[in-house]
Amino acid sequence: MTPQHVIIIASALGGLIGGMGMGGGTLLIPLLTLAAGLEQHLAQAINLIAFVPLSVVALVIHKKNGYVSFKKAAPIAVVALVGAVAGSFGAKYAGGYVLRSCFGAFLTALGVYQAVKAIVEIVKRHKEKKLNTVCHSKRSEESAM
Amino acid sequence: MFWGKIAIFTQDIFAFFFSHRVTRLFLAKRRKTIYVKDSLKTGLIYGGGVLVGAVSGFFGGGGGMLCVPLLEAYGLDCKRAHATAILIILPICIVSASIYIANGYFEWTAVLCACIGVTLGAVVGALALDKLSSSAVALIFAALMIAIGLKLIIA
Repeated sequence: MTPQHVIIIASALGGLIGGMGMGGGTLLIPLLTLAAGLEQHLAQAINLIAFVPLSVVALVIHKKNGYVSFKKAAPIAVVALVGAVAGSFGAKYAGGYVLRSCFGAFLTALGVYQAVKAIVEIVKRHKEKKLNTVCHSKRSEESAM
Repeated sequence: MFWGKIAIFTQDIFAFFFSHRVTRLFLAKRRKTIYVKDSLKTGLIYGGGVLVGAVSGFFGGGGGMLCVPLLEAYGLDCKRAHATAILIILPICIVSASIYIANGYFEWTAVLCACIGVTLGAVVGALALDKLSSSAVALIFAALMIAIGLKLIIA
């Protein structure tokens, strides 16, 4: 196992999660730093670069399905670009250790948010199932659709 | 008879003025709250946009997960929010990546290996998405994220 193999496996795991549409990059960075032993800044740069081809493909597919709303994206995108430039220059001046612990806190917060969301959804589905078993009327047909 | 008619007439007039006043007051109040709500919303959208950009630039990712709830607050449904988030993240990624590369954080072999791995993983993930219960998977990954986050803080 050369370091290259480890990088490929780690990033395949990250891409797997990204392909499912839940925070791919957020898990790719710690995988690269913890498993492959890359430096924090380099891992972040890799994540940013690897996301570009992936998102182009995803965007083309979504555009065909008509899910992309340019009108609502435009103001946020312009404002976010300013933030991105500031953030990436800030990352240069923050040390690797600071960046890493900040990222850890951010990841934990996101994880808690994701967990709460998932639990709420599971509970909701459970309730719907109960309702459906109680009355086999229109409701079950609608939820099946 | 006559006095009764007059009484009804005055009652009508009072009712008219009173109701008119009340509706005007109500409308003014409502307009004010709508105005406040609107300005709050635009503030939230722009502030959130800056935050999304700054987080993506600083941490090199994770902006998408903030962007989806922001777009949902902006009035898009779940699927559209997910698709539009990618559109917002893409230019951010390109700009931040070029700044990172300009700052010297680049290594050919590592980047190439990671690109191959990510593409393979993403294809498998997209294909497997339909076959798994998504909320259960989300719960597992949330646990993983919390664990890794705590490890990063401690280490």
